[in-house]
Amino acid sequence: MSIRLPKVPASEITPRDLYLNRRQIIGGMVAGAATLSGIGGAAAAQLATQKSPFSTSEPMSKKKDVTGYNNFYEFGTDKSDPAANAGSLTTQPWTVKVDGLVDRPGSYQLEDFIKPFALEERIYRMRCVEGWSMVIPWNGFQLSEVLKQAQPQSGAKFVAFETLVRPEEMPGQKGFLQALDWPYREGLRLDEAMHPLTILAVGIYGETLPNQNGAPLRLVVPWKYGFKGIKSIVRISLVDKQPATSWQMQNAGEYGFYSNVNPAVDHPRWSQATERRIGEGGVFAKRRDTLPFNGYGEQVAGLYSGMDLKANF
Amino acid sequence: MPISTRNWPGPWLAYLVMFIPVAALVWTGFNDELGPDPARALEHELGIWALRFLILALLITPVRRLTGLNLLRYRRAIGLTAFWYALLHLLAWLVLDRQLDAGAILSDIWKRPYITIGMIAFALLIPLAATSNRYSIRRLGGAIWARVHKLAYAATALAAVHFVMVVKSWPPEPLIYAGIVVVLLGYRAVMAFHHSRASSRDVRTRAT
Repeated sequence: MSIRLPKVPASEITPRDLYLNRRQIIGGMVAGAATLSGIGGAAAAQLATQKSPFSTSEPMSKKKDVTGYNNFYEFGTDKSDPAANAGSLTTQPWTVKVDGLVDRPGSYQLEDFIKPFALEERIYRMRCVEGWSMVIPWNGFQLSEVLKQAQPQSGAKFVAFETLVRPEEMPGQKGFLQALDWPYREGLRLDEAMHPLTILAVGIYGETLPNQNGAPLRLVVPWKYGFKGIKSIVRISLVDKQPATSWQMQNAGEYGFYSNVNPAVDHPRWSQATERRIGEGGVFAKRRDTLPFNGYGEQVAGLYSGMDLKANF
Repeated sequence: MPISTRNWPGPWLAYLVMFIPVAALVWTGFNDELGPDPARALEHELGIWALRFLILALLITPVRRLTGLNLLRYRRAIGLTAFWYALLHLLAWLVLDRQLDAGAILSDIWKRPYITIGMIAFALLIPLAATSNRYSIRRLGGAIWARVHKLAYAATALAAVHFVMVVKSWPPEPLIYAGIVVVLLGYRAVMAFHHSRASSRDVRTRAT
């Protein structure tokens, strides 16, 4: 089933009582706009998605936490900064470029870019490198579908991603002290990028992504630390060499290219053995054990067979 | 020009004022308003308040020298409050963060430089807190007591380094605190240098 684009009132998709309820919660501001604007719009719009066997049955994190506790350094280094500052980001129009070693490169308007793909709901665990985790219902499609359409050439070995650079709307990209080198860059090995768990998300909780979560298009790789999930993507390039990635550029001793969730490989400054699940039990919440590959080892461990995961952290 | 603080309220007021942050933290905690990761927020805030009070204690002398405003009578209260916040910060780490897992705690102290540094900073505060009373000044004698209390410089510097090391990348807040500490300690280094030059000049003048 393909994604329903604007013009369709949200009330046709969502049961009316739910819809009204949500209107009350979100307030008139969003509800009015939601019926008009689509993906890339400033206000949340409903998305029609299919369930996926890849989803976890663990309880989802509260939407308030998922949309209020973010690392998105383009909008500031505090975890409440993105929610406070990202509202100013213009996500419509939005252009995504697919280039590099592909037979069908292109520059797409976001609507055209996502139109061919059916949206799925993927409820994934998200483990931050800082030692906390959430469970987030993403709405998106497999990156592999995008890559198949672009037709990678035989020399393509890696996929490189870039985030928007727009200092006038991204306060973290201007000023004296800047946390990272912009644009934010991420990368995957081609087989990682083609893995069915790897998705490009356009929504959470059945609605278009809030800006602070990486609107209008972001990467989600659930077995890697959260910073690999690059936000507000404007470019996807197929390349032959391992691309430089933002956190590795910032501190190669602490952040590796792979950054697979691994309780046995500590961050040089803190342990990765356990994590705190956000929203679970308040001040006295018990920490959980962190699982290898964030619990997705059954699906992805094979990608790394024979590799020294301590050296390739 | 000295500014008289003789009619200002006693140190009890300082204690009262400095109790406000922890009271506010407990209040927001009880109301579940410490944000999505409350344990981390509590731990973090207590640590930052400890650093703020350490810095405040180091400000008393330059403020007196530069403006004539003498707040010396509040310094003990400020220093002791810094110690109590540091202790609460440590307890938050032990209980809420590490959850009293002795193995994890010891290996963290041993393996993680920022925790080692934080622990050293706290250890340095213990003798300071223990001797922040009239009895100790009398027993140790003013000169020795003053020398012991120079440990506050090291503790504050280590606390600032501890803060810089705990974060990813270079967010502004810890760097601002570190900058303030550098200025305050730099001020003392310059003063000490002048002082020692002046006194050695005195010795030479007298010798000739």
